[in-house]
Amino acid sequence: MNQFTDKRIDHKDLAVEAHGLVKVFGDNRAVDGVDLNVRAGSIYGVLGPNGAGKTTTIRMLATLLKADAGSAKIFGYDVAKDPQIVRQLIGVTGQYASVDESLSATENLVIFSRLLGLSRAESKRKAKELLEEFGLTEAAKRPLKHFSGGMRRRLDLAASLIAQPPLIFLDEPTTGLDPRTRNQMWDTIRRLVKEGSTVLLTTQYLQEADELADRIAVIDHGRVVAEGTVNDLKESVGTSSLHLSIQNEQSLSNARLIVERVLNVQSAVTAEGGKITAPMADADRVTDLLITLREAGIKLEELSVQKPTLDEVFLSITGQNAASHTPVKKEELA
Amino acid sequence: MSSTTIKAPHERKLRRKTSFRESVRNSLTMAYRGLLKIKRTPEQLFDVTLQPIIFTLMFTYIFGGAISGNVQNYLPVIIPGILVQTVITTSIVTGVQLREDMDKGVFDRFKSLPIARIAPLAGALLADTIRYTIATVLTFSMGYVMGLRPEGGLGAVVVAGLLVIVCSWAMSWIFAFFGVISRTASSVQGISMLVLFPLTFLSNAFVPAETMPKLLQWFVKINPISHLVTAVRELTNSGTVGWDFTISLIGAAVIVAIFAPITVRAYMRRA
Repeated sequence: MNQFTDKRIDHKDLAVEAHGLVKVFGDNRAVDGVDLNVRAGSIYGVLGPNGAGKTTTIRMLATLLKADAGSAKIFGYDVAKDPQIVRQLIGVTGQYASVDESLSATENLVIFSRLLGLSRAESKRKAKELLEEFGLTEAAKRPLKHFSGGMRRRLDLAASLIAQPPLIFLDEPTTGLDPRTRNQMWDTIRRLVKEGSTVLLTTQYLQEADELADRIAVIDHGRVVAEGTVNDLKESVGTSSLHLSIQNEQSLSNARLIVERVLNVQSAVTAEGGKITAPMADADRVTDLLITLREAGIKLEELSVQKPTLDEVFLSITGQNAASHTPVKKEELA
Repeated sequence: MSSTTIKAPHERKLRRKTSFRESVRNSLTMAYRGLLKIKRTPEQLFDVTLQPIIFTLMFTYIFGGAISGNVQNYLPVIIPGILVQTVITTSIVTGVQLREDMDKGVFDRFKSLPIARIAPLAGALLADTIRYTIATVLTFSMGYVMGLRPEGGLGAVVVAGLLVIVCSWAMSWIFAFFGVISRTASSVQGISMLVLFPLTFLSNAFVPAETMPKLLQWFVKINPISHLVTAVRELTNSGTVGWDFTISLIGAAVIVAIFAPITVRAYMRRA
């Protein structure tokens, strides 16, 4: 058997290196030229709304899907040319639990361990160890049909860790989890990285990316629209956003001008309530804003500060609404 | 894991290909998974337990008098025929279940693991030989209860059973291929029945070929199912191994040689 040492890896500290990845389904360009560089030992967040191309990108990087164009390397190994080597370096936890529904938790882990080359005894030990670690021991023998969403996710992640892969893909690891389970998942992810793994995760939640990721790529319509550290992103969005309701509708445009001038940002007006929203990069300036508004004789009805939503990230980065293709969110006019 | 740190990629022994030994090992693990699934849902064995009993009773009593004069004389003819028909029909279920199984998330994990690509398919097909075995044992048992006393002896009956199981396993690659390329489980069932129905009935499984029209006789003679039925008859009724036995095994090997690679390729493409 061929053995490979690091002589092939020139970009040694890059766990993921993707250039111009494209995937077309019919006439839908699901992924349309995605570039990603993920440093080994970091947590990288891919942030985007439903249908932005996050899952498709991960599936291509994890050798589950062939790219129509572009290339990707995992620790220097090309996913198209050396898929079998890449598979030895990754763990994949899909958006929909990739475990066997009809079997028990132990049986699942034993089978995956056996497939990864562990002996029968080792597999049993490994399964027990992982179940303990993920707090699933009590449910070890029950069929998965009776598992809660959180338990399934944990088992899924446990299954990805059997071979202790240096790179772990997590596709929306906390979607649908309650806050407590979500925090447990976050702790686990942080611990993985402390032990030397690299984690690439996708999420719809800015807060999650903020909590975990060292760097973030914002992806929309199959393209990376922004990339940088969490701080870069925050600077462009503001840590929170300011919501102002004006008593007199007539002074709305005037108030908006003042907001944009004093805070030095772009603002938006919500369609239904006549509410001005603006990113709040610097809380101190709000004092100036309030004083200026009073001097201009504009009376406020309500004032609130909200954590930025994905919508606002998109608003400030693309000048476009993320909600334009995810009709669930409330409409905002830019 | 709690205490260890993760090995860096360049410290790992990475292999570009899975060896033959690993492929076999992976396939056996996947077969073990299949057996566990059968254990968990034993109701999926309904068809292989009921079909041999009902078909053997039905066909023997309906055709027996007309074809061989009486039931007793018909048994050595019909039992091998019904055995082949039942077990091969059972192999359709393999394709249908494979389709259902592949739609589940767990196949994504199998694809992302560094295992032999053929393993998830070969394993599923291997586990299904348990179904063929059940059908085989039940058909022979029914025959025995109804009065069949094979001249070839128990040893020959076992060899005949094994031959049918091996050939059905080979046939199941065809249905596995349909399973991989079709979109729904029910369409697999449809296509497979369409292929298998003429193949089993246009053979010497139920009636002697001599009574059929010339054109049909020609087809019956080249039909591989006929060769398999003849091989089983020779084994059970006289304990001899003839040319039909060899032809059946060659046919099985050819089917696997063609369908295993294209099935795996189709499976790989349908990510």
